[in-house]
Amino acid sequence: MKKSSLLVTFVMLLLITLPVYGQNRQVSDDEVNAVAKKLYCPVCESTPLDVCPTQACADWRELIRTQLSEGKTEEEILAYFAQQYGDGVLAEPPRRGFGLLLWLFPIVAIVLGGIFFSRYMASLRETAVSEPVPPPSTIIMSTIKTLTPEQPTNDPYITRVEEELKKLD
Amino acid sequence: MTETIQTTTSEKKQTIRWSTLLIWAIVLGLIATLGWALLNTNAPRPEAGKPAPDFSMQFFDEYRWQEKPVANLSDMRGNIIVMNFWASWCVECRLEAELLENTWRKYQDQGVIFLGIDYVDAEPNALAYLKEYDVTYPNAPDLGTDIARQYHITGVPETFIIDRDGTIAHVQIGPINAATLEGVLGKLLAQNN
Repeated sequence: MKKSSLLVTFVMLLLITLPVYGQNRQVSDDEVNAVAKKLYCPVCESTPLDVCPTQACADWRELIRTQLSEGKTEEEILAYFAQQYGDGVLAEPPRRGFGLLLWLFPIVAIVLGGIFFSRYMASLRETAVSEPVPPPSTIIMSTIKTLTPEQPTNDPYITRVEEELKKLD
Repeated sequence: MTETIQTTTSEKKQTIRWSTLLIWAIVLGLIATLGWALLNTNAPRPEAGKPAPDFSMQFFDEYRWQEKPVANLSDMRGNIIVMNFWASWCVECRLEAELLENTWRKYQDQGVIFLGIDYVDAEPNALAYLKEYDVTYPNAPDLGTDIARQYHITGVPETFIIDRDGTIAHVQIGPINAATLEGVLGKLLAQNN
């Protein structure tokens, strides 16, 4: 009986002290910067919050530190900043509204590009089927004729090739 | 047999035509949306003589306008409005903070409203700043920087003075001085009297 009441007291104490431990804990600069690099400076162009030297960014990093010490998660902090200062401060556009369009654009572009490419290839194949290619011998003969226009050849090799080709025809 | 082949071919052609149309519709839709966003970004800033864009603001906890915690700019029509964008991290804003508060106290009974719009600021710092300069006129954070975007501000401080009809009378980029502020207010008060 004594043992169980001791255990209950211990658990109760643990439950009471754990949230207190979670809140207002010491937050390191690395923890702050891990969140800060997912945000952009509101004043400078394209400068991540973790490296921006302005006072505005220093204030924001302190705000992140406070919120982390209060036990807020990274997602909650990012959502707070987006709500307070607009989606433009987020390093990654949100997956909603216009931000969703930015995420979808490359996927749509790849899919459409793939469709266009496959259709282009198909049309090339159709053209190839509708216009039959002459047999290879014809091509070789015409090449030979081009090389030696209207003149009988004395080259025994060429003569032999011609004979072989005639056999093929 | 030939008919069946012909029907299949024509069905295939129609499917291709519809798919082509759909692809072009998607492409044009995307281009239009991106173009619209680009146009919005490059829209001209409201200048003197143009109507002041309306917006809604939720005041800081200790601030009210006519006892209301939330108000629209259009609710204040009929008054002269001095709207000042500021931030606690802005050094130049501190140069004009006292002037704005003193001028507000001087003109508040003459149909002049001062509005402070706190731009990208950490709330505890903003409240400390307001306390430091004993600012009593209505102040609100620019939630989502919507107001700053509507007025295309280039930084802080910036002050827009709006006449009783809701038209922008003066735009001040950078800190405003007593001569400009008193001059514009005097002119607007004289016009409407």
